[in-house]
Amino acid sequence: MADYKRWTREQMAQRVARDIPEGAVVNLGIGLPTLVANHLPAGREIVLQSENGIIGMGPAPAEGAEDYDLINAGKQPVTLLPGGCFFHHADSFAMMRGGHLDICVLGAFQVSAGGDLANWHTGAPDAIPAVGGAMDLAIGAKRTLVMMEHCTKAGESKIVPRCSYPLTGLACVSRVYTDLAVLDITPAGVQVLDLCDGLSAAALQALTAVPLLFPETKP
Amino acid sequence: MIDKIFPSAEAALADVADGATVMIGGFGTAGLPNELTDALLAQGARELTIVNNNAGNGDTGLAALLAAGRVRKIICSFPRQVDSHHFDRLYRAGKIELELVPQGNLAERIRAAGAGIGGFFTPTGYGTELAKGKETREIDGRKYVLESPIHADYALIKAERGDRWGNLTYRMTARNFGPVMAMAAHTTVASVHEVVELGALDPECVVTPGLFVQRVVRIERAPTRGAGF
Repeated sequence: MADYKRWTREQMAQRVARDIPEGAVVNLGIGLPTLVANHLPAGREIVLQSENGIIGMGPAPAEGAEDYDLINAGKQPVTLLPGGCFFHHADSFAMMRGGHLDICVLGAFQVSAGGDLANWHTGAPDAIPAVGGAMDLAIGAKRTLVMMEHCTKAGESKIVPRCSYPLTGLACVSRVYTDLAVLDITPAGVQVLDLCDGLSAAALQALTAVPLLFPETKP
Repeated sequence: MIDKIFPSAEAALADVADGATVMIGGFGTAGLPNELTDALLAQGARELTIVNNNAGNGDTGLAALLAAGRVRKIICSFPRQVDSHHFDRLYRAGKIELELVPQGNLAERIRAAGAGIGGFFTPTGYGTELAKGKETREIDGRKYVLESPIHADYALIKAERGDRWGNLTYRMTARNFGPVMAMAAHTTVASVHEVVELGALDPECVVTPGLFVQRVVRIERAPTRGAGF
């Protein structure tokens, strides 16, 4: 295979964090997106929202200082930054639905070329479905960013013409960060913004189930 | 004199009937009213419909209520967790009905019930299998799904401080569903760690006004234990 170096999960998180502007109000989904919090650029004031009722969420507390009345959406203990506050669930989801969040970052099973997102359920007959706040987040923030591996373990592209997994939201994804590339979902198609070192355009296209637009390609 | 203070969780839940719809506050273990849930289990009501964000953690609280076969149906957003084994078993055996609701729709449906709203159009879930069979409408170019309010006979919620009028404050993320559930139930039972004199709560900081609360029970503080991961 080609000689390229995939981005690690930490590098993916770093890449997402770099794109979050000063002053943004951001919700980080459970799993991979949680790592973004560790890489927010110093000197940029970025406000984290947690669906269970926190604005101004801070990092994990020191060992021994955990208080399980102060947790994040993944039920892990967190802290509150000065200026932060608490609110109830209806207000929290009004923040999403009402378009008050600038960015949310979500994991995904699949993203379609049109920006449809599938991230809550495999649809397997024996799987117990659980949706949490995924559907509200997907359609609520001004920009929905996705972080995911480019391909499944079986090597299938997770960027697809149409999602085969049950949908979370329609046409809601703005940008996808994978371990191979950063891609924008645009009306003209899936536009590649960045590739990992050593990966050629042709190699990325071969690993992706939808036609890609590259910087030198005029749409 | 108005006095909503009840002597015990048992006394506050004595009249829950079989078939009742009971909202239980909490997200993860924060805000879970464990003592009230235990009292509901001891009270013996059956065929309950439970409204909670999750479907029980471990073997206590809501999970114990499920394990005892008291729950006919659960309305929640996130049943599947690492330690939701009692729910998982009942669900796989077809012994419990699940109404899965996106979390924001769950909160808003509860709020709507408390606010006298007959239904509302929400963009959440549009085009997904959780909106199947529901009325949809395009409003100003955006597509919405019609959702209905969720009313309850009882709400069991955990607050921090309360007074005899039922005014409540909460503690950090233990607030979560408490304020909206208090609005949506015919009878709201709040556990508090401290009962204070009227006027002792800063009126600017009361989160749930007393008219939404019918019964208040003082419960000794116990540290919230983590679970659900």
